[in-house]
Amino acid sequence: MSAAFSTAKFATQPFPLNTTSPRSHDKPLFDPLKIPTSSSPFLGSTRKLRLSSSSKLNLHRRSGAVVAVSDVVKEKKSKSTPNLLITKEEGLVLYEDMILGRAFEDMCAQMYYRGKMFGFVHLYNGQEAVSTGFIKLLKKEDSVVSTYRDHVHALSKGVPAREVMSELFGKTTGCCRGQGGSMHMFSSEHNLLGGFAFIGEGIPVATGAAFSSKYRREVLKQADCDHVTLAFFGDGTCNNGQFFECLNMAALWKLPIIFVVENNLWAIGMSHLRATSDPQIYKKGPAFGMPGIHVDGMDVLKVREVAKEAIGRARRGEGPTLVECETYRFRGHSLADPDELRDPAEKAHYAARDPITALKNYMIENRLASEADLKAIDKKIDEVVEDAVEFADESPLPQRSQLLENVFADPKGFGIGPDGRYRCEDPKFTEGTAHV
Amino acid sequence: MAAIFQGVGAAAALSSSPSNSFDTKKLLCSPRRSFSARKGASFVVVRSDGSVNFDLNHKGRRAQQLITNAVATKADSSAAASSSKPGHELLLFEALREGLEEEMERDATVCVMGEDVGHYGGSYKVTRGLAEKFGDLRVLDTPIAENSFTGMGIGAAMTGLRPVVEGMNMGFLLLAFNQISNNCGMLHYTSGGQFKIPIVIRGPGGVGRQLGAEHSQRLESYFQSIPGIQMVACSTPYNAKGLMKAAIRSENPVILFEHVLLYNLKERIPDEDYICNLEEAEMVRPGEHVTILTYSRMRYHVMQAAKTLVNKGYDPEVIDIRSLKPFDLYTIGNSVKKTHRVLIVEECMRTGGIGASLTAAITENFHDYLDAPIICLSSQDVPTPYAGPLEEWTVVQPAQIVTAVEQLCQ
Repeated sequence: MSAAFSTAKFATQPFPLNTTSPRSHDKPLFDPLKIPTSSSPFLGSTRKLRLSSSSKLNLHRRSGAVVAVSDVVKEKKSKSTPNLLITKEEGLVLYEDMILGRAFEDMCAQMYYRGKMFGFVHLYNGQEAVSTGFIKLLKKEDSVVSTYRDHVHALSKGVPAREVMSELFGKTTGCCRGQGGSMHMFSSEHNLLGGFAFIGEGIPVATGAAFSSKYRREVLKQADCDHVTLAFFGDGTCNNGQFFECLNMAALWKLPIIFVVENNLWAIGMSHLRATSDPQIYKKGPAFGMPGIHVDGMDVLKVREVAKEAIGRARRGEGPTLVECETYRFRGHSLADPDELRDPAEKAHYAARDPITALKNYMIENRLASEADLKAIDKKIDEVVEDAVEFADESPLPQRSQLLENVFADPKGFGIGPDGRYRCEDPKFTEGTAHV
Repeated sequence: MAAIFQGVGAAAALSSSPSNSFDTKKLLCSPRRSFSARKGASFVVVRSDGSVNFDLNHKGRRAQQLITNAVATKADSSAAASSSKPGHELLLFEALREGLEEEMERDATVCVMGEDVGHYGGSYKVTRGLAEKFGDLRVLDTPIAENSFTGMGIGAAMTGLRPVVEGMNMGFLLLAFNQISNNCGMLHYTSGGQFKIPIVIRGPGGVGRQLGAEHSQRLESYFQSIPGIQMVACSTPYNAKGLMKAAIRSENPVILFEHVLLYNLKERIPDEDYICNLEEAEMVRPGEHVTILTYSRMRYHVMQAAKTLVNKGYDPEVIDIRSLKPFDLYTIGNSVKKTHRVLIVEECMRTGGIGASLTAAITENFHDYLDAPIICLSSQDVPTPYAGPLEEWTVVQPAQIVTAVEQLCQ
């Protein structure tokens, strides 16, 4: 397994891209980038996929073989390697973050059904290993760009659960003062550049944030600026032009960005395999001159290993990486989705591969933590989430005076009224009752 | 400012026949400020028949030659004339570039991105020479991917830069509409004020010279209802530079509309640093009888009509509204209170256009002052036709303006 894992780590080696300036016309025509050889479990399974087309079960249609944490454990044991993938402290951080993500989302479902939050609420259950595996490696200055399924990315990045819950309740204490909602979580403090509610529109924004990092380093001469940006999006987005356009630009300019595909197999009701000519998304990285990596997105330790390398590459100025995380959402697309389309057997298969259970088992088997340690975290998180709900519930709804704030950063953008004064100087404007 | 208008009607003064000799070296070597017209002559854009006297858009690159042609010949004829006058004379596209260049010098976070803005110098040469001066990263040539590079500009703006995104043609920005609307317009609000998007989106638009429907769009109407965005339209070298600088300095996202047929307007502008107010209209010609509200290229059709109107004994007040969103209701209101009659002349689409919004705003705010219903002359709701005469009938012509004023003042 470890051999396969290291192959999967990076489909390509760094290649001689021009490093000086994007102006250079003599870019070498590098060899077609290598894709994983047959030693990779993922290509092997593609063959299986073609041969077993009669199979009814969706599981066989996955592009990659699924590797559990326990396999890694066995591997380690069989080699009697003393090195574990994580330290106890790291393990506990990961566990806590994943538990927080899960408990928070479960609470959201409850609150939604109790009429405490409205609109489209997309829950992250099942995909925690991706958010935790990546974001917990970031510095505060690094940026995250998310999608409509953004609560847990926000939590992983450090936005307090209180603020996220309050935002969902539409309260003024929310991280966006109640003006964003479920699909628009932002935090300038934590460099969460937003949840983007339309498919693919966050990718260019993330590319722009990565461009800023490069610009700071090279134009503004801030030599210590090694900030990276993570762009999260799903399998459905990978058939969207913005994905390809930004892969091109990011590779062209060697931007410090990691494109993280959370391939959960379903774009609402459209199976990835019904929508995509070549379902192996990671292979699209090399096509643009960047490494493409496939990783088991139900295994936080593997995600973390891959993330570490990709983030390191970006920090060192070696350019972008495309990472396809094979994962699964345990709930419907949103809380409004009856989720009747997906095969129960497929759901059961992935339920059995719950990333939280896997990490828990790994930690206990390797004596990184005791049951009691983990129970204590569960309890702590329950309290955090309860507290978040209480906080959100008790927080005030926005006042009318808030209505016209934040439309423009400079409220002069509302213009000059008939009386010759700027409209934002009108008391009615501050009261939110002005007609703009 | 006024100089430009004094000349309206004397139009044919400048001809841009493609047969003029063109000496690139001479052009590039002459310092910008030595370009000058014959003493006392002012630059004119429109002929008395209403058509424009230079051909900017005829087949892309050739248009550039035509522009520079005109400059080169003029620079030739009067090298020394300008030194005695205050200010310096330049063309509108050079004014835009000068504004951009000054802001880039002033603030290292100001950068440019777009198609062919760097090595090629911009399709209308607004960014000519900037890549050499500021480097490829500050003047970034992007792939042809409007949605993505506009989004990238927004991401850069959110993280501390002040990008100026050029749409090679305003129509191309339709491909970036999602980013402009959902991100540029909404992000500051949805983030609860946490992120600012100090971006400028600019480019050539409007009906040119037989460029065909897709390259001759009037997109003000499309953009005007996006919340959180300001829109300005420049019409003279002076306000082009001032608005460019103001837009860059603004914390708000600003769309700066340039008109393909106005890039080689010439004017003397101050040497000193100045900026224009993004929210203010410009009084072009004070008058008593009727308020004519216009912007961008139609300003020149209006001024041409104004000459006829003056000869007929009318005294029209002409206001270039400049700020397409929000409207400067103070300047407009004062004028309405004085003349009690309003004519709007725009190149925008009739349905849901700037004129329609302006009509609504005036009716709402100044209805009691009106002595006659507002007349709004817009371009026709048709895809801009290719054929010359059809194209001409699509946009408002000076004769229509004269007729409308006569009708209003009956």
